[in-house]
Amino acid sequence: MSEPGVELPIIETNGLTKTYQVGDVPVRALRGVDLEVRKSEFVAIVGASGSGKSTLFHVLGGLTPPTSGTVRINGRDLASMTDAERTDLRKATVGFVFQKYNLLPTLTAEDNIRIVQYIAGRDTEFDPAFLEVLRLLGIEDRLKHKPRALSGGQQQRVAIARGIVNAPAILLADEPTGNLDSENSAAVLGLMKDLNRRLGQTILMITHDFDAASYADRVVRMRDGCIV
Amino acid sequence: MSDKIPALLMKEPHVTFAMGTMVQPLSGFDTITGLDLEDFRKLNGGFHFLQGGPLVNDNDMIVDEYYAQQKHLHVGDSVNMMNHDWKIVGIFESGKLARVCVKLKVLQELTGNPGHLSQIFIKVDDPKTAQAVVDQLRAKYPGYQIYTMEEFTSMLSISNVGMLKSFIGVVIGVAVVVGFIVVFMAMYTAVLERTREIGILKAVGSSSALILNILFRETLMLALLGSVVGIALTYGTQWLMQHVVSGSLVQETVYDWWPISMGIAIAGALLGAVVPGIKAVRQDVTEALSYE
Repeated sequence: MSEPGVELPIIETNGLTKTYQVGDVPVRALRGVDLEVRKSEFVAIVGASGSGKSTLFHVLGGLTPPTSGTVRINGRDLASMTDAERTDLRKATVGFVFQKYNLLPTLTAEDNIRIVQYIAGRDTEFDPAFLEVLRLLGIEDRLKHKPRALSGGQQQRVAIARGIVNAPAILLADEPTGNLDSENSAAVLGLMKDLNRRLGQTILMITHDFDAASYADRVVRMRDGCIV
Repeated sequence: MSDKIPALLMKEPHVTFAMGTMVQPLSGFDTITGLDLEDFRKLNGGFHFLQGGPLVNDNDMIVDEYYAQQKHLHVGDSVNMMNHDWKIVGIFESGKLARVCVKLKVLQELTGNPGHLSQIFIKVDDPKTAQAVVDQLRAKYPGYQIYTMEEFTSMLSISNVGMLKSFIGVVIGVAVVVGFIVVFMAMYTAVLERTREIGILKAVGSSSALILNILFRETLMLALLGSVVGIALTYGTQWLMQHVVSGSLVQETVYDWWPISMGIAIAGALLGAVVPGIKAVRQDVTEALSYE
């Protein structure tokens, strides 16, 4: 039980491990990660390729189950969740921004956002507050276009809008600037910072780029599956 | 048969007229018919000419409108058939006797059969007596194949051609199997290529049931639309046959096959979509997202 007046961390992991099986070889991607992220924090996790940061992103997002340890997201323990419960978690609690944008190519930008509302069982009309977010992201006039008609930067902004449209407790971003040039990278990172400041959106960003990490309130370093 | 037989047949009771023709096969489905136009006029009123007129000279040839359309023939054109040069002198309304006609005597000479006939047509005083006349002629002229026109035309249906019905059944069976496999494979590949999209939907919280439901509805709509477009296209092929090979091929629309073909398309498409769909939703989200 938490003490009155003390807010629980929105993300909390203790002794988190994840072991993949590649053929007959077990790969220990996470080797006991202890991490706490508080509400409205903007945290960057940096590390070299193979450090386990993407695996941590997948586990925290409920995309894959942990092997051992505890993972609490907004007070719910992921380790004991079934696949359907993790799907539910992704629907309501976590928003994603991927390096490759991962927009549905056959839908317009607007429909890419609306489908997430539809999946969550919410009204697919944009409320005034979200329209303001779209203006902030600078994509309100690009909503009728399909992803192929948008630049990388614009696609990533649509992905950010999709990630926060259901007002998730956490926005997880995996190398959000990995496919962007420096100008678009700065713009996207600036917008994420803005969303964190203005809306109090909790953001956990995975990156290997220290310049990108400098936009965060706190930087956590990873090496060989551990936080250092 | 000798060309003296028609004169003998005209002496039989109820027979009002008889005429002989000679039919020579050409390449493919085409035949050339030799006849006497005056006899043919006496038999049934003769041809109705759309262009030109009857056979006058020995090298004259008349063709029906579909044959002329398919072979791009006009009155005055020259045609070489059976190593002989013919001149088109008339184009007649189709539906009577033959598509290509020349003078009987000329065709008999050309084929080395002077005084011989292939078929004899008999006109009787009353259609009701036709069967009785045929029965009487069969008794009197054993060995000859004698039929009423009704019997003769019924022999041209597929049930009277040995093995043709079975052959057509096999062709339809192969077409059904191939059609099913093509639709199945097309949908299978299309959905397999969308594994990443299914991964995206799963990542943003979509349940497997919802993804399969979307896939099912989309496939059903596509299959129905495809069936309608396919049926519409058969009218295109029908138009093409009528305008390009009107003298050789005819396409009939068999409405009973519409629901069957739709069933094949829908079953093939749904199975083709659901199999890779289930595979994709069962896959780990991270693996589905990395599908290229």
